[in-house]
Amino acid sequence: MNWHSFFFLLFALIACAFAVAVVLTSNIVRMAFYLTLSLGATAGLFFLAGADFVGAMQLLIYVGGTLVLLIFGVMLTAQAHFITMKIERNQWVIVAIVGGSLLFLLLTAAFRVPEWRLGSEVAESQEAAASHSRPTATPLGMALLGVRVDTEEVSEEKQPGLAGYLLPFEIISVHLLVVLIGSAYLARAKRRARSRALE
Amino acid sequence: MDLLTQPVGIAHYLVVGAILFVAGVVCMATKRNALGVLMGIELVLNGANVNFVAFGSELLRGRSESSIGLDGQAIALFVIVLAAAEAAVALAITLNFYNNHATVDVDRADELKG
Repeated sequence: MNWHSFFFLLFALIACAFAVAVVLTSNIVRMAFYLTLSLGATAGLFFLAGADFVGAMQLLIYVGGTLVLLIFGVMLTAQAHFITMKIERNQWVIVAIVGGSLLFLLLTAAFRVPEWRLGSEVAESQEAAASHSRPTATPLGMALLGVRVDTEEVSEEKQPGLAGYLLPFEIISVHLLVVLIGSAYLARAKRRARSRALE
Repeated sequence: MDLLTQPVGIAHYLVVGAILFVAGVVCMATKRNALGVLMGIELVLNGANVNFVAFGSELLRGRSESSIGLDGQAIALFVIVLAAAEAAVALAITLNFYNNHATVDVDRADELKG
């Protein structure tokens, strides 16, 4: 038995099954719980693809941060008639048709390219890559600082295309700061403003 | 039992990403709770992330000139941070709407309708 394939199947089944469960259940509290499991299993898929740092960040930021935020939102707004809100039955038919055709399109696209399916020569180079796979935290950190240390074997004329990510990193940092200040401003309690308006 | 013995390729990851993406789109379309729509967006971003990591992975594809390598993981990191920012703003808007209208039903948010 191939343990890599076994764990891939396990995590893929958990991720997909709970993603579908998020869609099918109409209880908002259960949706939040299923989403946690689905995103956690996706972190396992990232580890299996060799992206250890991204998998850890998925667990820390997504599961540990974003979903806790979402669950707080659910708790703050969970009144009895908001917990289960359903749409009409004939709307489900339209959604099933659109979603099914989108899924069909994506799946045929995934199997259309022969390079993406696994041939025997790819399996050999896969073993070679697995034998000297390194942790990705240091190359990723250097790439975010604008220096690429992972591109030794790339040919000389392709090097300029492999720039670092210093400017996007700065932009995303400022963006995150602006967003957090803005959301704190939006969600603050407005009692003082209201009482002043009453005067 | 073919799946258990053959090695995992990019197409396997693309299937998982496609299912997560479609589940997110359907979730966005069918939920009336604003937080449910937000969870659909998270699923869509996560499905895209799976594809980015799969295309950048040497373990799935072997070393080749056309691989996007570390760029895929860097983009996945950016997507994770952007998802956190987007969730914070959307939650703030939802709470504000809840404070003003005492509901989180997106069908009731029709004040801007002409």
